[in-house]
Amino acid sequence: MPPEGGRVLVRFWGTRGSIPVAMGSAEVQRKLVNALVAAAGRGLDTAGKARAFVERELDFSISHTFGGNSSCVQIETGDEDYVVCDLGSGARVLGNSVLATRGPAGHRFHVFMSHLHWDHIMGFPFFMPAYLPGNHVRIYGCHATLEEAFRRQNAAPSFPVDFSRMNARIEFVRLEPERDYDIAGLRVRAKLQQHSGDSYGYRIEKHGKVVVYSTDSEHKQDDPEKMKAFVEFFRDADLVIFDAQYSLADSISVKEDWGHSSNVVGVEMCQLARARRLCLYHHEPIFDDERIATLLAETRRLEEITRGDHRVDVSAAYDGLEITL
Amino acid sequence: MELAPKRFADTVALFATGRIDHATAEPFRAALVPHLAACAAGRDRVVLDLGGVEYISSVGLRVLMLASKQAKAQGGSLAVADLQPVVREIFEISRFNLVLDVFPTLREALAKLSAPALTAFDAA
Repeated sequence: MPPEGGRVLVRFWGTRGSIPVAMGSAEVQRKLVNALVAAAGRGLDTAGKARAFVERELDFSISHTFGGNSSCVQIETGDEDYVVCDLGSGARVLGNSVLATRGPAGHRFHVFMSHLHWDHIMGFPFFMPAYLPGNHVRIYGCHATLEEAFRRQNAAPSFPVDFSRMNARIEFVRLEPERDYDIAGLRVRAKLQQHSGDSYGYRIEKHGKVVVYSTDSEHKQDDPEKMKAFVEFFRDADLVIFDAQYSLADSISVKEDWGHSSNVVGVEMCQLARARRLCLYHHEPIFDDERIATLLAETRRLEEITRGDHRVDVSAAYDGLEITL
Repeated sequence: MELAPKRFADTVALFATGRIDHATAEPFRAALVPHLAACAAGRDRVVLDLGGVEYISSVGLRVLMLASKQAKAQGGSLAVADLQPVVREIFEISRFNLVLDVFPTLREALAKLSAPALTAFDAA
């Protein structure tokens, strides 16, 4: 359902970092065993009782999964056009959902690309609306190779269906960082981030609500002016979607210069920027659901013990999460 | 940010106080410099006693990481000890407890780093 007037709905289609992952049989079985043990003696003899138990009493890491699709986030503002950040494998699910719920044609998509690494573009060859005439896809980004990257991944020998066989109208639009744009009724500003080959964060405003999409961004904390600039980019945001793939220790030691950040830096920056909500994003692919749930619990605890006069609500993105602002 | 040094034989304990955050991380780093220069093979061992530190931010932790790297590169030994509960939690959440040598007390750090330093500590 589209959000009510004046609201902004952020819908996560892909939240995993670096590469899509799938839950294996062993993890499914472990969840089932844990659920059955928790349900012992509860008399769950109807689907309704079982569902209520699952929804209300089981830990999220048992009853759900954070999912495994790579980066793709949709921002709904009540307008007909679709607004999307990144086209990782989650875009496949988004495209299928659009076709299933609103038909095959007549759709316009505005996509803001953080960068062109594989995990952020790999959903596009499977984004069905792009193959259907009558649809319009505008892909925005700051990289000079924006169009080339998309055409190349559809070309032989990497993919069997050439880009030229995508029958939607597809446009590539270069943006300049640090400049305000009015796109699809949104105020949009891109910011250069530290990542191999560069990445860009987006500050997106509508209805007085601010969403910051900042993934694949390393914060080395060695330049106070750069840090201040990012805090201003996050300033008073209603939601900051933040790359928290690594622990702080890893990000400044063995994984320094790998281009990702941590939950600790996310909390600090949101506190300094007085952002209202931090959403941990771009999850480490080797983490199972239990590990991500632990990461979330620890991050909430960190926010609590370091809180001054401003509270930051912390959540962890999962495929299917919806946040209304 | 000041670091109060106290020598125990071949080991220098540095007592830090207050908050190590965006505002104080640089003075903290600068105060560490002379002690780190001497933290090398055949010279001083260093223990940072953070018992008086109520908060440390990521920037402060980064200073500790760089200090640890420098000490290792010089063949020296750097340890951290006596964390307050909040700082200990920050170490755990950031996983710094896994990459630095962290001890519950200064005495335990000295016991690990240097027998003469422990003797001097117990005699003091």
